[in-house]
Amino acid sequence: MQELLTFTIIGLSTGAIYAVVASGLVVTYTTSGIFNLAHGATGMLAAFTYWQLRFDWDLPAPLALFITLFVLCPIFGLVTERFVMRGLQGTSEVVKLSVTVALFAFMIGLANWIWPSDSSREAFLKFYEGNKVSIFGINISWHKLITFGCAILVAIVLRLLLYRTRMGVAMRAVVDDRALTELNGGRPDRVAMFAWALSAMLAGLAGVLLAGEQQLNIEPLVLLVINAYAAAIIGRLKNLPMTFAGAAVLGLLDAYYLQFSDNSWFPQSIMGFGISGMRASIPTIVLFIALIARPQTRLRAGIVRIREHNKVPAWSTSIMGAVALIAIVVAISGMLTRSNTLLLLNGFTFAIVALSLVPLTGYAGQMSLAPLTFAGLGAIAMSKLPGDGNFFTLIVAIVIVALVGALVALPAIRLSGIYLALSTAAFAVLVTKLVFNQKQTFMSGNISVPVLDVPFFEINTPRGRLILASIAFSVLGLGVVAIRRSRLGRRLIALKDSPAAAATLGMSLTRTKLAAFAISAGIAACAGALAGDKVSPQQYDFTQSLPIVLLTVVGGVGTVGGALFGGLMLGGNSVLASVVPTLKNVTKILPGTIGVTLGRNPSGAASQIADAYRSLANRWNLLAFAAAGGIVIWILDAKYVISHWAFFIGGVFWILAVTPNLVGIMQAPRNRQIIASVYLAIGVIIAISVDWDNAVDSTGKRLIALVLLIALFGVGAQRVAENAPRIHRSSPDVIGLTTDFTDEELDRAERELGVVL
Amino acid sequence: MTQPILELRNVRASYGSIEVLHGVNLSVGRGEVVALLGPNGAGKSTMIKVVSGLLRPTSGQLMIGGRDVTGAAANALARAGLCTIPEGRGIFPNLTVRENLLMATYSGHKLSDIEESTYSRFPRLSERRTQLAGTMSGGEQQMLSLARALATDPVILLLDELSMGLAPLIVAELYQQVAAIAAEGVSVVVVEQFARTVLGVADQAVLLAHGKVQVAGKASEIGEDVLAGAYLGS
Repeated sequence: MQELLTFTIIGLSTGAIYAVVASGLVVTYTTSGIFNLAHGATGMLAAFTYWQLRFDWDLPAPLALFITLFVLCPIFGLVTERFVMRGLQGTSEVVKLSVTVALFAFMIGLANWIWPSDSSREAFLKFYEGNKVSIFGINISWHKLITFGCAILVAIVLRLLLYRTRMGVAMRAVVDDRALTELNGGRPDRVAMFAWALSAMLAGLAGVLLAGEQQLNIEPLVLLVINAYAAAIIGRLKNLPMTFAGAAVLGLLDAYYLQFSDNSWFPQSIMGFGISGMRASIPTIVLFIALIARPQTRLRAGIVRIREHNKVPAWSTSIMGAVALIAIVVAISGMLTRSNTLLLLNGFTFAIVALSLVPLTGYAGQMSLAPLTFAGLGAIAMSKLPGDGNFFTLIVAIVIVALVGALVALPAIRLSGIYLALSTAAFAVLVTKLVFNQKQTFMSGNISVPVLDVPFFEINTPRGRLILASIAFSVLGLGVVAIRRSRLGRRLIALKDSPAAAATLGMSLTRTKLAAFAISAGIAACAGALAGDKVSPQQYDFTQSLPIVLLTVVGGVGTVGGALFGGLMLGGNSVLASVVPTLKNVTKILPGTIGVTLGRNPSGAASQIADAYRSLANRWNLLAFAAAGGIVIWILDAKYVISHWAFFIGGVFWILAVTPNLVGIMQAPRNRQIIASVYLAIGVIIAISVDWDNAVDSTGKRLIALVLLIALFGVGAQRVAENAPRIHRSSPDVIGLTTDFTDEELDRAERELGVVL
Repeated sequence: MTQPILELRNVRASYGSIEVLHGVNLSVGRGEVVALLGPNGAGKSTMIKVVSGLLRPTSGQLMIGGRDVTGAAANALARAGLCTIPEGRGIFPNLTVRENLLMATYSGHKLSDIEESTYSRFPRLSERRTQLAGTMSGGEQQMLSLARALATDPVILLLDELSMGLAPLIVAELYQQVAAIAAEGVSVVVVEQFARTVLGVADQAVLLAHGKVQVAGKASEIGEDVLAGAYLGS
């Protein structure tokens, strides 16, 4: 009895922390409609900051707490809202989630950078460490009492704030009707900033409380806070009392499991299936159940405005692209060093995983955060099935994983948007915790996936595998194009554009969704099954899936080219880390940084570049030119003509400044074309000819030089090319009658009509 | 003639690349009721959006009280005394009646004053003060949105499609309230697709079609034939 009571208190105190986290999530979700996946990471950063102030710099606890929770956290929230989230209004759920994923990746990268885990650091002490009170003979630490107190305080303050103050009511009003809030005289932007600041404070409070119990580690802090998502979902993302109740239940479940699993009668495995990962999975299971128990998402009729439009890919260009891709890879793979080959191979593996998102997320509009999980299942299937790399084994492995994908999707099929995305995340975490750490799957930490057995070719070399991966991507890419052009493809698009309209036309939404999930899982499985090497479960971890999803969305999740771009960008990130080791830390935050700008206004840098790249996708001559330039710079580096730094700066300049400007330059009048080209040429020459290693003495200065180069010559060229005098745009119904169509208008008209070139 | 309280000077407005208003002029005098008429897609609601500050005109000027306020934020205009009841229901469905009234306090009035004025005019809302506004009947919801206009003492009132989806009897009742507001000296711009409901209370009528003002004149002078011509596109 005594023991049960003790565990109840432990459970409730964990629950109290979950409740604080979850209430912060609810605050931002209800005011901005953004489910902040990075919420836990905010708490993690706050805990580290507090540790820095309190234990490393020895500030007194109240001061450290004040600075962390009442100065830095609110500022962080304000900045996040102002510069990241505000641009997300009116974007699709996929983009919103991707941006919070980016923020998540960014913060983890940042924490890893500032506080590397291997440093032996001061311990993170509890509040009033060592002090206990005894109630009914049970010892409760002051820290736990404070935790309870905080949760209760948060509950009361939030209740009063949201229902008694105008700011709180305005926070709820903004969700109802943003424009009307403005018409009432309210300032929605301020309300949103307030909400994000408040939410960051709540995350920070929870992070500090949790770190006192769990010590300072990035992953447990982030993941434990993820557990609070389950509580928020139980509260349907808006009901605070239910959220608190859910948090309490979660905390109790965790504590009781801990208590019971200590007993000798508690099984270590069920039917030979180890359940050591069970405790960590409880919140995920609760999350899954809470999601499934949600009422079916109602179909909403009405006009759906989608900002992303993608042309239907044409066979001619697709086949040309596939052949060109393989040809380029075959050509350059001979020149690469072994390690560069492996990195590029990595990029192609990512690209195949990214490709699995195209039919699912790009076409059908269903968000999945678990693409790598299916790749992992594919790797397991390939290595466990008999046949040792037989082509037939590959097919069977793909089919099995596709079936698993459909099976997993079956319960989740009723969900949509954020709830669907979370259920795939729950699935990914479950598989990671319960399947990948089994003796039967990853025996000794890694398994070796047999190399595909191709007649007449020996592909058991990195180069062979690279070529195989590029062929696999091309073939699968063509398959995806075939799907898009088929009846099924049109159904997937219909599912995304208007589920309600599709349903009224008699289309089975369930079957279409299942098909999308199965296809996606199958493609991802291919990436795992073709690994042809030793693989470890960490490679397929849930957190590894996030950058892939993110960069695919950045690259353009609606097109095969976008998947390639996203995958290679992620691979390129590790190329960067290996070529310039000093930049390793920058590469940790790079995917996040790219993604964070994704949702910014169309004027945001990354989306602009992405747009420029997208318009590039239709122009093979320019695309070939861009690729050729990149390869030349790479070869110059590989042949030691230029230094690694020159390679890096030249490459980044090429990618960020030259390539996105090509289309603009093509469309400018001739004299401006020449000026802009000269601009870019000067930039490139400076980038690759300066002796960066010796002439400039620090990494920081080199990076500043790079930014300056891009700003001066890249943006300069863009200004020159695009500030060409423009014809006043007349009403669309007279264009073509009184004025001629411009190239751009023709492009747009074709895109709208889905006309194939 | 005294200076108009609200004036649009050659305003153009567009959604993305599609221009909807092609140079619109409008002048509303103090205490005047102007009816904005026109068929679907004429640009009436866009005009309301421009005046309320929700949509920034691409060119032209928006003058209020003789001052150029082109590009001012909607919330700033609202606090300055411009009250807009947008299309549909101008209420927050997931807030209670009382919380809806609390939102009206951005105008600078005290909640207690707003509540008193509202409940005395619409006793039915008093019974429903803790009920979620979205669960009330359409007429009650429209009363609530009008209550904001009545209680916050605006200088200019913009009404967009007040009658939408309501029974004729309720519409008549609501327009009586509008007439009462106008009698207090408030300038009112009313958008209506159904011309006849509004011409009774309006001083001036402006007929909009294809994003341009087709006819503007005294409400009493706008005849059936003019209306029919504009709506049917003669």
